[in-house]
Amino acid sequence: MLDLTYDAPKPKTLSGATGDWELVIGMEVHAQVATKAKLFSGASTRFGAEPNSNVAFVDAGMPGMLPVINEGCIRQAVKTGLGLKAEINLFSAFDRKNYFYPDLPQGYQISQLYHPIVGEGEVLVELGDGTARNVRIERIHLEQDAGKSIHDMDPHMSFVDLNRTGVALMEIVSRPDIRGPEEAAAYIAKLRQIMRYLGTCDGNMQSGNLRADVNVSVCRPGDYERYMETQDFGHLGTRCEIKNMNSMRFIQQAIDYEARRQIALLEDGKEVVQETRLFDPDKGETRSMRSKEEAHDYRYFPDPDLLPLEIEQDWVDEIAANLPELPDEKKARFIKDFGLSDYDASVLTAEHENAAYFEAVADGRDGKLAANWVINELFGRLKKEDHDITESPVSPAQLGGIVELITKGDISGKIAKELFEIVYTEGGDPAQIVEERGMKQVTDTGAIEASVDEVIAANPAQVEKAQANPKLAGWFVGQVMKATGGKANPKAVNEIVSKKLGL
Amino acid sequence: MSIDTDTARKVAHLARIKVEEDELPALAGEFNAILGFIEQLQEVDVEGVEPMTSVTPQRLKRRDDVVTDGDQQDKVLANAPDAREGFFAVPKVVE
Repeated sequence: MLDLTYDAPKPKTLSGATGDWELVIGMEVHAQVATKAKLFSGASTRFGAEPNSNVAFVDAGMPGMLPVINEGCIRQAVKTGLGLKAEINLFSAFDRKNYFYPDLPQGYQISQLYHPIVGEGEVLVELGDGTARNVRIERIHLEQDAGKSIHDMDPHMSFVDLNRTGVALMEIVSRPDIRGPEEAAAYIAKLRQIMRYLGTCDGNMQSGNLRADVNVSVCRPGDYERYMETQDFGHLGTRCEIKNMNSMRFIQQAIDYEARRQIALLEDGKEVVQETRLFDPDKGETRSMRSKEEAHDYRYFPDPDLLPLEIEQDWVDEIAANLPELPDEKKARFIKDFGLSDYDASVLTAEHENAAYFEAVADGRDGKLAANWVINELFGRLKKEDHDITESPVSPAQLGGIVELITKGDISGKIAKELFEIVYTEGGDPAQIVEERGMKQVTDTGAIEASVDEVIAANPAQVEKAQANPKLAGWFVGQVMKATGGKANPKAVNEIVSKKLGL
Repeated sequence: MSIDTDTARKVAHLARIKVEEDELPALAGEFNAILGFIEQLQEVDVEGVEPMTSVTPQRLKRRDDVVTDGDQQDKVLANAPDAREGFFAVPKVVE
């Protein structure tokens, strides 16, 4: 495998009245597992269905109903673990986390506290400025999602929809290795990217596919290094957990606010109380969720309805053997094989559909030129119309055709852009369009010479000026380009003009 | 470990079971009896014995990832004290 190497970024520092403070962040990301059915029932996971229509009696917590695990969810969790270079636990088990809330009809969530299915792994989080953070993963466990409560449909009642109840989630728990709001956003983006490559989570944050609880604390410079050396949390500050955020922007705002709040407390001689907080996007601040405190006594115990989950190494090996190429590997390969810059390779591998499109365009052609056209022309044009790559009216073969025509010298860069616009709006085979509409670049020096001669003959005054000041030769080049409808090869025109003017 | 009436009250509350104040001491006593029995069990030497998860040798039963259930809104809501527009309607809960 190819390796990407980066320097570690500097931690975010906030300066307080008594000196500098650093941020320490750990995250619990809840990713909805991409499966057709729920974790323990045969009800559908489809988003946006009629309320309470994707509900089996198991999900509704009806008496006597027993959970039966969906093998698809196990496979997806294992796949995700492998994608995060994590240890897969062949033995895992389910526990009950007990609490009462209207959208949790069982009265407990089935989760994996003591024996998670995935153990330690790591994620390389690039920050786009040539630095990257290696974030350690502590564990991934499978658990049930809760239902949805709607509070704004009636002044006195809350409305509960159990469609999401029992849908499988992967809770991905990181070590406190994230050192600033930007890193936190980049970390989620990277997890999302990897899971989308793997097909294990759709990663749609708006529909709640991907949500994060963020643990924030602050410490003095040097403390974190002492923690890393000893893994003793005593070197770090007291943390607060900000619950359930599904927007990258809010996550960053919440971290920033929370860190400043803690610094203000500490500098005031007060203590940070370990607690759960909620981010209020309207006010841009976090507030305490006191009501949750008592509910924190979850009285976990092994779920007596479920035997331990035992999987075979052969099965894990088979999944590993069929893993797709992951973002880091793909990016490294693009840099090496196509000579792309780190930035271009990042853009092209952000979504696997983009990468596949680019590879089809670059296949057997100039990779750098292909990257330029995909990123600058195609992505630019698609973005203008709010389309994504799957909606592109230009196929990779068509764009590849344009790239080929440029490489062969058949069309100039300027004509190529016109050609792209025609292919984008009208469709058709680029080579044929160039032929039919006479867009071919004139590289025939005889034809260019004739045109240069004509312009020189018609403008004796300009000839004199240009001979006195060679910088003015550009005027002739412009005239020839105009006369040939932009089809003359600019380099050839330049040379011939200089020669004819005796410069 | 010994359970006092405060702990008994807390456990009852967490389980959302209403227990009158004068019933708490008796309840605490029952808890203590159970814990005493468990303490007795803990005296057994189980060094090297794997915890048993099932009395018969069996594997966790699995289902395929296929939708086989749902589409029964009326049945799901049938026992609800209050339901409106396809939702369960419950007394307002807001954080």
